[in-house]
Amino acid sequence: MYRFILRRAVSIVFVLFGVSVTTFGMVVFTPGDPAEIVLREQTAQNPSQEAIREFRAEHGLDDPIPVQYLDWMADVLRGDLGQSYYHDTPVTTMIIRRFGDTAELAVAAILVALVISIPAGVISAVHTGELPDHASQLGSLLGVSMPNFWLGYLLIVVFSLYLELFPVSGAGTVRELVLPAVTLGSGIAAIITRLLRSSMLDVLEAEYIGTARSKGLRERIVVYKHAFRNALIPVVTIVGLQFGYLLNGAVIVEIVFQRPGLGTLLIEAIFARDYPIVQGLVLVIAVLFVVSNLLVDVAYRYIDPRIRFDGGTR
Amino acid sequence: MSAADRPQAWRRRLDGTWSRRLRSIAEDRLDLLAWVIIAALVVSAVFAKPIRLTVPSVLQTLSGGFLAETVTLQPLQLAPHDPIDQNLADRLHPPSREYPLGTDQLGRDILSRLMVGARISLSVGVVVVSISLMIGTAVGVVSGYLGGWVDEAVMRIVDIVLAFPGLLLALVVAGILGPSLTNIMIALAVVGWTQYARIVRGSVLSVKQRDFVAAAKLMGVSEPRLVSTHVIPNVIGPVVILATLDMAYVILATAGLSFLGLGAQPPTPEWGTMLSQGRHHLLTAWWIANVPGVAIMVAVLAFNILGDSLRDLLDPRVASRLEGKGGL
Repeated sequence: MYRFILRRAVSIVFVLFGVSVTTFGMVVFTPGDPAEIVLREQTAQNPSQEAIREFRAEHGLDDPIPVQYLDWMADVLRGDLGQSYYHDTPVTTMIIRRFGDTAELAVAAILVALVISIPAGVISAVHTGELPDHASQLGSLLGVSMPNFWLGYLLIVVFSLYLELFPVSGAGTVRELVLPAVTLGSGIAAIITRLLRSSMLDVLEAEYIGTARSKGLRERIVVYKHAFRNALIPVVTIVGLQFGYLLNGAVIVEIVFQRPGLGTLLIEAIFARDYPIVQGLVLVIAVLFVVSNLLVDVAYRYIDPRIRFDGGTR
Repeated sequence: MSAADRPQAWRRRLDGTWSRRLRSIAEDRLDLLAWVIIAALVVSAVFAKPIRLTVPSVLQTLSGGFLAETVTLQPLQLAPHDPIDQNLADRLHPPSREYPLGTDQLGRDILSRLMVGARISLSVGVVVVSISLMIGTAVGVVSGYLGGWVDEAVMRIVDIVLAFPGLLLALVVAGILGPSLTNIMIALAVVGWTQYARIVRGSVLSVKQRDFVAAAKLMGVSEPRLVSTHVIPNVIGPVVILATLDMAYVILATAGLSFLGLGAQPPTPEWGTMLSQGRHHLLTAWWIANVPGVAIMVAVLAFNILGDSLRDLLDPRVASRLEGKGGL
């Protein structure tokens, strides 16, 4: 177990190095001079050579690229993600400030997904080939294929504009969280439902289920006490691996519902060509993603002792 | 419909109750539906409006004036109106005989825009999937077959690309290159090839250990020939499934990125762009946003259904690694 974690940790350090080079490089090799673009944006006229020179010096854009990378990296390791081209707030502060909003959305979306998918997956597996199974399978197919940026507007029209149950946009209260969480959670619900169904079907065929049944246990107890618990193991992994999906989806959902968060921050920064924010966000998100995948991997091996710890494939 | 029951479908059809028989046919109807949708998409992509190629002037001179300035590959126009022409007198017109799906805020016929939009979505899908597939397969075969440091290096690069949530990386790449459909295609392919490389490498590794490959090697079959006759045919299955599911993902991602303003720019009749413009008229002209919304979902659904059912035909152990991706 420890050797496995150690090996994963070493490979992660390498991956994170690659991630930081990629994140940094993406912006360095951008077509166009950021100094010129940003200054033109700020002053609405062609910037003078002097202004460009000043801007480049201020943001360290004149140094050789490896030096720029090392400077940036040294700051990053100290927790300083740099300075926005437009705002006076440090990038780190901006990210921390908006982090909570996205985390709130992500947690709520996972809750919505579990509330939908656990009953749907179990019922589907227990009644294979019957109507509830077909309904839940069709539902999850639709859920995977439904664009969030359309679903969001449908929910707004029905629940905000006609029924006036929830506000159209905003963040902070529970009422403002419901529609975005449902939008983001529906796709994950679809994925978990499918997985839980096939995992339940596998477990229900196992011998110990036959034993439980032959002991004369009631079907309800067999399903919920014996099968369901074991069927949850792969589900735990999938829920963990949905982190990337959540971040992808959060960008769209935050734009649809005009919620503050990391997604809206990223989109604003991309359109404003505020590269320090883009770099910082991409780096933070990638690190979170990599670390969460590692945690899931470790948790999976911890929950299910049948999996070998020497890094062998499942 | 899903991996678990397809093998049982035939048995159920033969000795099940009537309701089970009906449902089993209904399951295959889903496949049928997917094919019908894809056929409709292809027809409207090809025939929505004429396809004309501009002939480079060099070729014109070379042919001695034989070649015209443009060559018409496909002269038909099924779309009832021009997808770009504005007609402000008819703006926000609800669905009617003249405009079957209504008009948008600039009086453009939505049906025509939708049909031309199919051409955009399908061609972006085909281009991105083909590029990812070719690069990924080549890299995967080389990496899996050669092994050693090549394999190590390639897989580390794949690890790094996969360390970013896919859409976010595409989003940033597209944003930095500047908003356009071409840049979206580049961005999606930059991220997309890695999954093919992984799947192909895995299949190559498992094929390599099989007896028939060892036998062929002993018989003195040359390496390139070994790869092309024994290894590649064995990895095609998973690649085709992945490509089908990927088609669904690329269509969804293109629409999503365009919705965010990073892809097709107005007046291009791209579905995501159309949806984005319609959001300001949700109550007054519901058709502007919802028609492209349905189109995106139906197209994505068709490719997902197809990918699922192809997967069921394949070895479940390989298949379990292939999952459709939502995420938008």
